[in-house]
Amino acid sequence: MKSNNIHKKVSQNVMFWIFRIMSFSVVAILFWIIGFIVYRGIGVINWEFLTAAPEEGMTKGGIFPAIVGTFYLVIGSMLVAFPIGVMSGIYMNEYATNKHIVRVIRIMTNNLGGIPSIVFGLFGMSLFVNKLGFGDSILAGSLTLGLLALPLIIRITEEALKAIPDSYRHGSLALGATKLQTIGRVVLPAAFPNIMTGLILSIGRVSGETAPILFTAAAYFLPKLPSSIYDQVMALPYHLYVIATSGTDLEATRPMAYGTALVLIVIVLIMNLLANYLRKKFTK
Amino acid sequence: MKLEAKNVNFFYGDFHALKDINMKIESNTVTAFIGPSGCGKSTFLRLFNRMNDLIADTHLDGECMLGDTNIYDKSISVDELRKTVGMVFQKPNPFPKSIFENVAYGLRINGERSKSVIEDTVETSLRQAALWEEVKDKLKKSAYALSGGQQQRLCIARALAVNPSVILMDEPASALDPISTSKIEELIFELKNHYTVVIVTHNMQQAARVSDKTGFFMLGELIEYDDTKKIFLNPEKEQTQNYITGRFG
Ligand SMILES: Nc1ncnc2c1ncn2[C@@H]1O[C@H](COP(=O)(O)OP(=O)(O)O)[C@@H](O)[C@H]1O
Ligand SMILES: [Mg+2]
Repeated sequence: MKSNNIHKKVSQNVMFWIFRIMSFSVVAILFWIIGFIVYRGIGVINWEFLTAAPEEGMTKGGIFPAIVGTFYLVIGSMLVAFPIGVMSGIYMNEYATNKHIVRVIRIMTNNLGGIPSIVFGLFGMSLFVNKLGFGDSILAGSLTLGLLALPLIIRITEEALKAIPDSYRHGSLALGATKLQTIGRVVLPAAFPNIMTGLILSIGRVSGETAPILFTAAAYFLPKLPSSIYDQVMALPYHLYVIATSGTDLEATRPMAYGTALVLIVIVLIMNLLANYLRKKFTK
Repeated sequence: MKLEAKNVNFFYGDFHALKDINMKIESNTVTAFIGPSGCGKSTFLRLFNRMNDLIADTHLDGECMLGDTNIYDKSISVDELRKTVGMVFQKPNPFPKSIFENVAYGLRINGERSKSVIEDTVETSLRQAALWEEVKDKLKKSAYALSGGQQQRLCIARALAVNPSVILMDEPASALDPISTSKIEELIFELKNHYTVVIVTHNMQQAARVSDKTGFFMLGELIEYDDTKKIFLNPEKEQTQNYITGRFG
C-alpha cells in the first residue's frame, strides 16, 4: 500500500519534470537562436552598416538598400492587403447572410494561408511580373506579399468583428443609423485595436519572407535606391540568403550575414512586441 | 391613435409567435405588456421599430400602424422609422465611447455638425433622463464608468436625443437594483408628457405603477388589453386573474 503510494508520487514527479523540461527547452532554444545571432551579428552593427550600401562584393559596407527595400515592400504589401483584407472580413462578418458562402470563403482563405510561400512567388512571377508586365519590381513584390498576408488579415478582422457584441449594433440601428453608419461609427472603432494587432503581426510576417519576392522583386545587388514602384529592390531576407550562400568570399561575408539576420530579427521582434502591447493596452 | 396593430400574426420560421393581435395605443400614454416569459412581448414590441427585420427567416401578416402609415409599407425607410420610434433594451448597451458621444451619436448620424446644437441637445436629453446632475462633470469619461442604472438612463437619454415620438422599452429595469429601478420608473412617468411609451415588464407592480394601459399576453395571444386599473383590480379573463395573482407564470 505504502510503497504503491511512493511509486505514484515518483512517477507523478517524473512526468511533471519531463513536461517542465520540455517547455523550458522551447524557451531555451528561442534564447539560444537569438543569443547566437546577437553574439555573431552585434560586432558588425554600426552606423555605417545601417546606412551604407554593400561594397567590395558585399564584404564591406552596409545593408541600407535592403532595409529600404524591405520597408517599401512592407508598405506596398500592406496597402494591397489591408484594405482588401479588412473589407473582406467586414463582408464576411457583417454582411454575408448566407452561412454556406461564408463557410466556403473561410475555407478558401484558410487554404490560401496554407499555401507554401514559394508557390506565391511562382504565381506572382507568372501573373504580375510576366503577364501584367510589371517586371521584377516593388509593385509585383508588394502584390505577391499582399496576397500572402491576406488570409491573416481577413481572419484577424473577422475575429475582431466577431468579438463586438450585437448589443452595440442593435443600439446603433435602433437609433436610426444605417448599417454602414453602424459599422463605420460603432463596430469598426471598437474592433480597431484588434485589427491593428493583425496588421502589425502581418507586417512582421511579410518582412521576413524570402520566397515570394525571390522571383518578383528582389535584386541580388543594387548600388542605388529605387526611384519608382517599377524598380527592383534589395530586401533583408533575400540579402541574407545571398550573402550566406552565393557571395564571392563566403568567409568574409559571414559577419555581414549575421548582422543582417540581427536587423531582421529585431524588426520582427519589435513588430510582435508592438502588437502585444497594443492588444494589452486596449483590452483592459 | 399613435400605434396600432391590425390582425398581426408573426412567425419565426414555422413557429407562430404572435397570433392575431389587435391593439390600439394612444399618444402620450404609457402602455405595459405583461405575461409569462416566452409569450411574445418582446417580439410584439420589436414590430414597431422593425427590429425583427434583423432576424432571419421571419414573417409578418397584418399591419402595424404609426399614425396613419403602415410601417411595413414598401415606401417606408426603416432608418427614418427608427428615428421616430426609439428603443431601450433590457441590458444597458451604451457604446464604448464617452458619455457625451453616446448621447451625441444620434445627432451625428443625422449629419448635425453644429457644436452648440449638439451640446445643447446632449444636455437637454441628459436632463430629461434625470442623469445630468450625476454626469455633467465627467461627460468625457467612458460610458462604462457609470453604474448599471446610470448606463440605462444614458441609453434613455441617447434615445431621446434623436427626438422620437414613441419610445419602446424592453424590460428596461430588469437588470437593475431597486433604487435604479424606481428612478427609471419615475422617469417613465415623466416621459409620457412628451412621448408615447410602451414598456415590456415581467414585474407586475411596475406595470401597475407606471402604466395607463396594460396588455396581458400568453402563448402568443393578447388575452386582455384594458386600463391598467381594470386589469389589476377587475380583469375580464380568468387567465389574467390567475396571472396577476401569481397562480402561474
Ligand atoms: N430570434 C428568434 N428565433 C426564433 N424564435 C424566437 C426568437 N426570438 C424569440 N423567439 C421565440 O418566440 C417566442 C416569444 O419570444 P419573446 O418575444 O422573446 O417572448 P417574451 O419577450 O415575452 O419573453 C418564444 O417562444 C421564443 O422562443
Ligand atoms: Mg422579452
